[in-house]
Amino acid sequence: MTDAIERHTISLLVDNEPGVLARVVGLFSGRGYNIDSLTVAEVESGAALSRINLVTSGPSMIVEQIKAQLDRLVPVHTVSDLTEEGPHVERELALIKVIASGEPRVESLRIADIFRAHVVDSENDSFVFEMTGKPAKVNAFIRLMEPLGLAEVSRTGVVALLRGKTSI
Amino acid sequence: MLSPWPEGFGIRLPAALKACADVGIKRFGDSNVAVETDNNTERINGSEMIIRCLAELGVDVIFGYPGGAVLPIYDAIFKQNKIRHILVRHEQGALHAAEGYARSTGRVGVVLVTSGPGATNSVTGLADALMDSIPLVCLTGQVPTHMIGNDAFQEADTIGITRPCTKHNYLVKTVEDLPRIIHEAFYIASAGRPGPVVVDLPKDVVMADGDYQEGAYAVVTAHRSYRPQTVPDEAAVDAAMDLIINAERPIFYSGGGIINSGPAASKALTRFVRGTGYPITNTLMGLGGYPASDPQFLGMLGMHGTYEANMAMAECDVMIALGARFDDRITGRLADFSKGSKKIQVDIDPSSINKNVPVDIAIVGDVGKTLEAMLAKWPKQAGGKSGKSVKSGNSGALEEWWRRIEAWRARDCLHFKQQGDIIKPQYALQRLYELTKDRDVYFTTEVGQHQMWAAQFLKFEEPNRWMTSGGLGTMGYGFPAAMGVQVAHPDALVIDVAGEASLMMNIQELSTMMQHRLPVKTFILNNEYMGMVRQWQELFHGGRYSESYMDSLPDFVKLAEAFGANGLRVNKPEEVDDAIRAMIETPGPFIADIRIDKTENVYPMIPGGAAHYEMKLGPDHGELEEKVEDGMVLV
Repeated sequence: MTDAIERHTISLLVDNEPGVLARVVGLFSGRGYNIDSLTVAEVESGAALSRINLVTSGPSMIVEQIKAQLDRLVPVHTVSDLTEEGPHVERELALIKVIASGEPRVESLRIADIFRAHVVDSENDSFVFEMTGKPAKVNAFIRLMEPLGLAEVSRTGVVALLRGKTSI
Repeated sequence: MLSPWPEGFGIRLPAALKACADVGIKRFGDSNVAVETDNNTERINGSEMIIRCLAELGVDVIFGYPGGAVLPIYDAIFKQNKIRHILVRHEQGALHAAEGYARSTGRVGVVLVTSGPGATNSVTGLADALMDSIPLVCLTGQVPTHMIGNDAFQEADTIGITRPCTKHNYLVKTVEDLPRIIHEAFYIASAGRPGPVVVDLPKDVVMADGDYQEGAYAVVTAHRSYRPQTVPDEAAVDAAMDLIINAERPIFYSGGGIINSGPAASKALTRFVRGTGYPITNTLMGLGGYPASDPQFLGMLGMHGTYEANMAMAECDVMIALGARFDDRITGRLADFSKGSKKIQVDIDPSSINKNVPVDIAIVGDVGKTLEAMLAKWPKQAGGKSGKSVKSGNSGALEEWWRRIEAWRARDCLHFKQQGDIIKPQYALQRLYELTKDRDVYFTTEVGQHQMWAAQFLKFEEPNRWMTSGGLGTMGYGFPAAMGVQVAHPDALVIDVAGEASLMMNIQELSTMMQHRLPVKTFILNNEYMGMVRQWQELFHGGRYSESYMDSLPDFVKLAEAFGANGLRVNKPEEVDDAIRAMIETPGPFIADIRIDKTENVYPMIPGGAAHYEMKLGPDHGELEEKVEDGMVLV
């Protein structure tokens, strides 16, 4: 057991019922665990199940506790630690507003092109970029936008799936 | 999966449905399970459905308090006579009574309260049951669905408020869901690690008519998402047995999980421990899980446990934790907790494993089943306390280990001196034990010094006889809990060992006891202080007794008489026996007000923040009471 802080991406399949998110979030706040990011949406056609993807960080003993505590919640069907279970894809969608004119405006568009971000809204002195990628890529893009007139950021948080044929 | 509750207790399945469950046709809770309509189907309202469900589930008693939102349910109660209702005087009393009922029987305790204040008054009892893993179903009234969120009269967000203090909770939105949810609530409350479940019942739902089919909603043995593991992993059991068989300085450390698993777990534990010849200690919650009179029993461990139990935990080489959760009252300073030992932990709740103390072998499963598996793997020729263990390698080591334990035991850490005219609390409890031990007796306690002395001086030979608020430490628990025990065991002697401060917190339930003819005996160790608070202020806060003394306490004898009960006050040691006899022999509730030494402290003690081997034995052992302020920050 080490005290090194680890970052884990955990996916849950839960009953799609009122209050289930409150149970998950309340568990984290009540026990003092970290949530770095959280996404939730229905994933079954019958709307019976929702998937919660959450990113948390803590020493390995705490991460194990988090998983055991989550699994104990009655409406939780599956707790899957993607970080431990193997290679997985993580993506996040971000909308980024940049207010700039002249050269910084052109530069923001050039960098957006490199990052394969799309312009989804444009005025004479502003852009809203849409981009997807790993959180690190989104962070990098935001950092580059800062000196160019970064005005506002909205991010979805991480969604994730295991690679290959394996499912949680 | 199987219920951890003993056969015949808790969930009862009609045979036909159990057969369905066994072949996995209908999974309980599946929304697509079609309820066949035949002539069994009846059209009744939600309130009647609740009563019918409870009757099907084998419920014979409800503890409750009426109010606007639950009037239809009370109307349904009025119209039947299968289920008895105990009318409490405060909702907290109902919860603790249901806890006492559950803990002394192994069945689910049932509570019915109204919306708003009824629900909020229940919160302490729910939190208490959650911490101590007690199976409860608490039915709460709620304002009609169309008024929820409008700040209606007696509205509270019961689901939001009780979410962190229940194992699970439900808001019933339609009468069609009602029977399924009631049955599911009982299953969740009792399966796996037990706990309290709230079912919030809007008034329009319990008034609406719906189809009800007798027997159709009974719980089958698998829930769609809640499936606790009860059967232990065999490889883990093998690995544990390897450590246990070869241990040189072993100790069994068993907790409330043994009690919750049912009497069979206690029997298996007793057989296994005797078979090994190893020492055993119990937690506060686990007392009675192993017979206290057995020479292998070292007493309770922890902050006010015995010196020998804590020293054996500190010095052992193999620790076998059975349904115990390494609470901070057990470990003392975590960094110095039993550093040299290999640890095996058996628990039905995976989140209890590796929570505070990392263990070497984790076994998830029902502790009773695990003990059965271990017993089957224990070599037949193993001996008893003589140390004749199967492996010739460790029999000498085991003898040496017992020699060390006997030396710790010889310190006689619970020794006290009863001299002079003042009653020592330990003496009063010793006499209480001696004069009640041959009876069919159950004990509850409140919280504080008297609770620790009771744990030290009362001895329990079997499970379900000792009810105390271990995890939450709820003052005011014992009096209503005793009421619930008495409801379940009308002919037994039920005694609440109380402090006067705790008793004041739920004294109103004496009126309930009178109404329902519950002859609970209350044994107050009265020192006019919140004794444990005073003790900590003395030891850690420079003797500044801030608000721990109670002036103007009532005359408890007159108080008992005001309710129509009896009482007796004693001040002298020689009067204690007669008081106990009077308490036992006087019919009806009785309050024995035992005026004890006001300055007595509970020893031995692991001071807050100290390691578990740094126990203080106290002044009767010639150890000066050390007064330091380092422990102040700790709870």
